[in-house]
This record gives sequence, C-alpha cells and structure tokens, in this order.
Amino acid sequence: METVLAIVCGCLVAGGIYLLLSQNLVRMLFGLIMLSNAVNLAIFVAGGLTHTQPALIAAGDSVPGASMANALPQALVLTAIVIGFALLVFMFVLFYRSYEVLGTTDTRRMPEDGPARAYPSQNTTTRQEMGP
Amino acid sequence: MMAISTHNHRSNPWPGRLSALLPLGLLVGLVFQAPRIQSGRPLALAFEWVPGLNVHFALLLDGVGLLFALIITAIGLLVTIYADAYMVGHPQRNRFFLYLHAFLLSMLGLVLSNDLILLFVFWELTSLFSFLLIGFEHASAQARNSARQALLVTGCGGLLLLVGFLMVGQVTGTYALSELPGHAAQLHRHSLYLSILMCMLAGAFTKSAQFPFHFWLPNAMAAPTPISAFLHSATMVKAGIYLLARLHPVLGGTPVWMTTLVLLGAFTALWGAAVSIARTELKSILAQTTIMALGIMTMFLGGRSAPALTAAMTFLLVHSLYKSALFMVAGAIDHQTGTREIEKIGGLARFMPFTAAATLFATLSMAGFPLFIGFIGKEIMYKGALTEDVFPGLAAGATLVSNALMTAVAATLVLRPFWGQPRKVHPSGEAPWQMWIGPLLIGGTCLGFGLIPDWVGHWLVEPAVRAIHVTPVDVELKLFYGFNTPLLLSMITILMGGSFYVFRRWLRRRLSQLLPALPITTEGLYEGLVAAVISFAKWQTRRLQNGSLFQYLVVIIGATVVSVGWVFLGSAPLSALWNPPEFPGWLGLLLIAMLMAIGIVVQARSRVLAICGLGVIGAGAAILFLVFGAPDVGLTQILVETLTLIIVAIVLLRLPPIEPQPDANRLQHTLRLTLSIGSGVLVSAFLIAVTQHDVDRTITTFYEQASYIQAHGRNIVNVILVDFRSLDTLGEITVVAVSALAARALIRKKRSAP
Amino acid sequence: MRSVILKTATRLVSALVMVLAVYLLWRGHHAPGGGFIAALVAATGFALVALSEGPAAVRQGLRLRPSHMMGAGLGLALGSGVIGMLAQRPFLTGVWWPPSGVVVGTPLLFDTGVFMVVLGAILSVLLALEET
Repeated sequence: METVLAIVCGCLVAGGIYLLLSQNLVRMLFGLIMLSNAVNLAIFVAGGLTHTQPALIAAGDSVPGASMANALPQALVLTAIVIGFALLVFMFVLFYRSYEVLGTTDTRRMPEDGPARAYPSQNTTTRQEMGP
Repeated sequence: MMAISTHNHRSNPWPGRLSALLPLGLLVGLVFQAPRIQSGRPLALAFEWVPGLNVHFALLLDGVGLLFALIITAIGLLVTIYADAYMVGHPQRNRFFLYLHAFLLSMLGLVLSNDLILLFVFWELTSLFSFLLIGFEHASAQARNSARQALLVTGCGGLLLLVGFLMVGQVTGTYALSELPGHAAQLHRHSLYLSILMCMLAGAFTKSAQFPFHFWLPNAMAAPTPISAFLHSATMVKAGIYLLARLHPVLGGTPVWMTTLVLLGAFTALWGAAVSIARTELKSILAQTTIMALGIMTMFLGGRSAPALTAAMTFLLVHSLYKSALFMVAGAIDHQTGTREIEKIGGLARFMPFTAAATLFATLSMAGFPLFIGFIGKEIMYKGALTEDVFPGLAAGATLVSNALMTAVAATLVLRPFWGQPRKVHPSGEAPWQMWIGPLLIGGTCLGFGLIPDWVGHWLVEPAVRAIHVTPVDVELKLFYGFNTPLLLSMITILMGGSFYVFRRWLRRRLSQLLPALPITTEGLYEGLVAAVISFAKWQTRRLQNGSLFQYLVVIIGATVVSVGWVFLGSAPLSALWNPPEFPGWLGLLLIAMLMAIGIVVQARSRVLAICGLGVIGAGAAILFLVFGAPDVGLTQILVETLTLIIVAIVLLRLPPIEPQPDANRLQHTLRLTLSIGSGVLVSAFLIAVTQHDVDRTITTFYEQASYIQAHGRNIVNVILVDFRSLDTLGEITVVAVSALAARALIRKKRSAP
Repeated sequence: MRSVILKTATRLVSALVMVLAVYLLWRGHHAPGGGFIAALVAATGFALVALSEGPAAVRQGLRLRPSHMMGAGLGLALGSGVIGMLAQRPFLTGVWWPPSGVVVGTPLLFDTGVFMVVLGAILSVLLALEET
C-alpha cells in the first residue's frame, strides 16, 4: 500500500516541479498547490498506514485500547495544511499583484528592477523585446 | 544602529553632562578596591552564561585589570567633561555620549573578563564602538572609509583571536583566564602552540596597530578629538597590549614569542617615531607617536625579565597620561584657532595660559625630563631593554632612537606653538574651562607621579607586574637609581633629542620625500585586497544573480536532486525496495483518478480545467486521510480545498488565460523534464525506503498514554496540537497571521495607488 | 447572484455553519474537530455570505475587524500560556478547572485563540480581495 502511495507522491512532485519550471505564474501556482499536497501526503505515508483506526480514545477508557493510526504525523500534517493554505493565499495575491503591476504572467518578461525602468513611458515593450 | 533622533538642532546638553557620573562612580569604586588588589587578593564575580559550552560571564579584578580600569575610567571622566565643551551645539551630541560610554563599558568589560569568550565579545564590542565613533561625522566620506578600514582590520584580527581562544579551550579544557597560566607548559609543548600564538598575535597586533597593521590608526584620527584622546591613544589601542600582557604567563617566554614581539615592536616603534617627525598636523603627529609607543610596549612584553615587564606597564601608564592630555590640547588649539597645522601656530601661551601649562607638563613627561613620570618610565625602559633575552642591543638601540625622536617631537609640539613668535593664526582666547581642566589635571599628574615614584610603583605598577609575571617581584620605581648605564642612556637621549629638534626641518624634508617614494605599503596592499574582494563579489553576483527565475529554480532543485540522490542511491539499491502492494480495487480507481488529474493539470490550457484537476487531487488526498484513520486531517483538507476554490474563483479568474508558452529551447525543455522526473523518482524512492522500516512509535505511544490521563482529551491529534506541542502551534498561527497581514498589505497597496 | 432564494438560503445555512463551527471547536478535544477545523468551517460560512451579500454584510455581521480578531486570537493563545506560568509551571502548560472532575482548561482557550487567528487571517484576505 505504502509503495503505491509513495509512487503517487512522486508523480505529484514530478508534476509540481514541471509546472514550477514553466515560467508562467499561473502554472507555477498550480505547481505549488501540487507540491504542497505531495508533501502533506508524503509525511502522512511516512508515518505508517498499518492501522486505520482514528486516534481517538473511546469514552470510558483512559488509555487507548487497540492499536490506532499514528497521531503524530497527523498533527504535523494538519498544521502543515493550514500553513500551506495561508502561504498559498499570499502567493495568489503576490502573483495577482505582480501581474497587475508588470502586465505579464511570463517570468521571462518580468524586469528585474521593477516596472519603473522597464516602462519609461506608457510604452509597454519589455526589455527582452527591445534586445537584439 | 541605535539612532537617537535629535529633532531640535541644539540638543539638550544635560544627558551628556550627567553621563559623566558613570565613569566617576566607577572610578571611585575602583579606587576603593585598590588596597585589596595591592595585597594580592583579586576580586572575582561569575555567573553561568553558556554552561553547556563551559563559557561563563566571569569577571576578575586583579593588578593588571585594575591598572587598565583606572586609566579607562579616569581618562573617560576627563574626556567626558572635555567633550561637553568640544561637542557644544553638535546635533548628535547625545548620540556621541551614548557611544562614548558604551565604549567605556565594553573596554572595562574587556580588561575585567576572566573568560576568553567573554573577553572576545567585549573585544569585538570595542571594535564596533570604535567604528561608530571614527565614522561619527558620517557625512564625510573620509570618516566613513576610515571607520570601515579600522573595523575591517581590527575585526579580522578579532576573528582570528576567536579561533585562537577556541584552540586554547580545546587544548586546555578551560576558558578561564585565571586558570590558563597553570596550563602554560602544556600549551608550550602542544603541536598547536604556533597556530594559537599566531592567531593571538594577529588579534593583538591589529588592535594595537603594530606593523604591518599600523595604517588604520592615523586614519582613525577622522574621529572627533575627544575620541582620539580616549580610544585611539589611551584605551582601545592598548587592548592588544593588555592581551599580550595577559597571555604573557600563558604563551610567553618562548623563543618565537620573544623574537616576534621584540623585532616587530622595535620596527613599529622606529617607524612610528620616524613618520611622526615627517608630519606637521597635530593629530597626525600624535597618532604616529602612539604607534611608536605601542611598538615600545610590545617590544618590552617580548622580554621575560621583571624589568622588561615593569617597563611595559610603567610606560603604559606614562603614555596614557601624556598622550590623552596632548590630544585634548590639540583639540583645544583646533577649537580656538581653527587649525591643527603646527607651522601655522605660534606664541599661544599668552592667550591660552592653562592649555600652555598643561602642554608643557605633558611634553616634559613625554620627553622624559627628570621630576616627571616620563623620566622614571625611560629609566626603567633602558633597564628593561638591557635585560631582554633576545636582541638586547637592538632593543636598547631602538628605545634610544625612538626616545630621542620623541624628545624632539615633544619640543616641536610645545616650543614654537606656545612660546615662539606669533604666526598667522590667532586664538580667540583661552579654551572653555572643560577643555583645559582635563589636560591640566593630567599634566599635573605627570609631575606629581614623577615626584612620588615609590607610591606609583607600589600601588599601580607592582600589582600589574605581579599579575603577569610568573614569579612574584617587588617593583621599585625611584627618582634616582645612581650613576649607571640607564642614566647615561637617558642623558644621551636628551642630547640626541635636542639635536634632532635643531635639524627637524631637514629631517622632515628628507622623510617627506622618502615616504611617498616607498614602492609598496601595507595600506596599499590592504586597499588592493579590498578592491579584489569587491570585484570578485560583483563578478559572482553577475554570474549567479542574473535575474532569471528559471535559472535560480534549476540551480536549487538540481542541487537538491543531485546531492540527496547521490547519497541515497549510493546506500541502497532501488530494486530491493519493491514490495508488491495489496489494496482494494476502489482505492486503485481513486489513485488512477488522481494520476489522471495530475496529467490534466500539467497539460491544461484552460484555467477551469486545471482547477478541476487540482480539486480532484485535493479531494483524493482528503479521502486517503479519512480512510487511513485521520478524520481531523481529512476534514481540514476538504475545507481548505473549498476555501482555495473560493479564493481561486476571486483571484485566478482575474489573471489572463494560460497562454501556450513553449520553452525557449530544447535544452530548457530537457532540463525541465529531467529535473521534474528526477525529483519525482527521488521522492518516491525515498518514501519507499522510509516505509520499509517499522515506524518508531515511541513518541506517539507517549502521547497516546498521556492524552487523557494528563491532558484530559480523547482526541489525541487535537491534544498534541493544543497541549503537548502548543508552543509549535503558537508559532504556526503566528505564521498564518503574518502571511495574512502581508497579503492584505499587498492588496491595500493597490488601493492606495493612483 | 443576488437572488432572494440564495440570500435566504445563505442566511439559514450560514447560521447553521456558525453553530457547527462553535460545536466543532467545543468538542475538538474529545472528537474530530478543533480550532483549525472550526475556523475553516466558519470561514466557509462567511465566504458564502460574502459571495451572496457582499463583503460589507460580513463586516457588519462580524462587528470585529478581521485583523483585530487575529491579534486578539494571538493574545488569547499567549494568555492561555501565561496562565500556566502563573500556576508556577512552564509556559503553555495546561491548567484545568475544577481540579476534580475536569470541565474546562486552558487548552480550550488556546484552541479558541487558534480559531480566531485562522478565521481572522482567512477573512482579512478574503474580504480585502472581494473589495478590490
């Protein structure tokens, strides 16, 4: 079981990295979402999947009776999901803003030193286009 | 940087004035400790600081510490009073006093530390405050450059010093200075001895401006004059001397120690003395003679006889006194006449009688005239030079020539400027009382100490020498030792000095021609090194930081894949990891759906399609969490997917459609494919390898057992989050809050933009 | 999207969602739930309101600015830790009351802090985005 999930994680990572290297902000965003899913799943898988009983202590008991799923990676993944989401939202806004300011989602056409020098006037040509 | 904003142009003088209470209080406290120290009972104070590394906040007041501490606080007090008038109306006046006293405390810490690491911290603090004070007039490029030069030179030395300290700690197992003399024999025999010594000497020589690191000190004169009087003559530059004195019983006495110190010290002394003749600007002259004095002290610390060490400690006191007084006088002359050029001033005594008296006393002590403490210092110097173990003749010769040149410089400083013909520049009268009281008091001390040398020897010099000399000695400072070689040499010094004075113009001319003609200078080497570092930094920045996000990502991901993959593949062959899986069919369908979704997202031309694919992946992950016993995680995942969808609906659809954007060339495409497949394979292999082993559930078991009994919770995951590991969770919600604030600030910025 | 049916349904559903969120927060210590999940549920509810009635309605209903909610949540989480210190134990150690037959403890306060921070964070970005 773990082996199959490990391969799924690998596919998620491969897809995520492929998108991240696409030089297009929207695709990079998708890549980040996939990578974050991959990592969460990977931590979960690494914690072991042998037991599928939720990590809850039954009413009336003070210690768990039968063996149950590993609570530790679950706690890690839970916060990782929320933090990943918070950072993702920040990325959304950042990419959206850079598109608004720079007028492109292509990282190759984004000027290194901001819009001021790239657009001396209302002219929208980027530096790359001006090059030889 | 501690920026104390001074909005009004003429800042309030009272904080600076009241700050004089700090050195005053410390001075009084130290004076009351003197009898205890004299009777050979050091005062110790220690707190635990980093007990795991055997580093302690340990202070020790012994003879040598007391001598330095008294010089620091006494001159610090007088300099504070002096600066009250000197800094009048300066907009950053209060900042000046803040830095000054921060330095004073760091310097005190340095000479009172009984722990090498603590000493290093204070050592660097003094370098730092020296940097801030040299660059105090930060609007001037010269001040900034000088400050940076001083910081780089002393800072590099400081780092080497730390290396030396750590090696000493490794060899002896202790960082306590007071215990180190007991390990001296062990250190001398150790194979690291030479490395340790070189590191220590690098620290001491850079700080105390010994050749070949002497060039920063004259440039440090860019600092306000009270700082030159305090840091760059009396205290900070003596830190290297202090260190050499402290380490004398630990590392000293070996042939390499003696040879290095005596040769470099003698050369530095002669160099400084010769260059000082060539200078005509008051502060520049004084800076060069400081280099000479530091060289002399280094040379005497190279010896191991009691007279040599006594000479070093006595001259330390003598020099601190007359040099700080003369710097303050130079500042007063500058303040009253507007120039520090010695050829432009003359006959000042009529206008500035108190300053003239102070200068006279200080220069007589500097020239080593009888009845002044400088005379005693010179006598003991000759006695010490003749007892050096290596090159006694050279030491005596260097001392003789430097002292003679010193006498000539002293005469140059006092005769024409104060008693010669009046020249072009006329002073506007006597300086404010704050500016002559300090020099006059110090000048008086030069005379007073010269009249009671026994007392000085008993209370100040003997405890210091005892602290750094292996065998207990009695120090006797006398006005008159009888007719002997030192007295003869003293007489020759004064005669030679007189003739140097007579021929000073000729000497100055010759030296002024000679000095610029030198083919290579250490300052030039330093400048070249700095320029080389800067051009290398520019080159590698152009290469690595070329602005291409793709390249950065390729480097980062590639480095990770290669380095992790290398280690991993080297240790376990992949084929051994294959473990035939067994799982229900519906799960297989879910996984196939997820894999297809990955393909869709990667290939998608339409945003909506891609979002659907991501939704499938997220939901698939959520189902996996739920199935494998993680209801909390599964719930969180589903909710986050929902919210992501909402945000995507708001933001993403405002972005343009995904344009087909082919890779620039085949190489780029190959790189992309290789890196993504490589990292995917690596992660899979890594996970498979991890899951081959049984999971260590020790920590989980603890949480399971303690969850209800100790934390009264049945949901173990939640108990971990809000109780066992709540500090982590606190950090995590802080990250969430910060990223939300950052995102909101980005949105806000747009709103405020036109 | 401003249909009457949607509005009415939204009000009903969002009210139910809020109750659900508080319930999840309360029971989180013993059963699946807790501050993170409750905050995400509540955020979904508010997002629904924001989509149907506009962000102003959410701000009005909240009465508390989301950024202030974040700050208050952080303060609450820190404060729950200080209570442990006041009881002469390390920072963030759980304190329970009454000592016999536990009813409430500082971990619930802490979880409430988590709830407020996460909810405030999501809402502050969501509403700001809606308003642009």
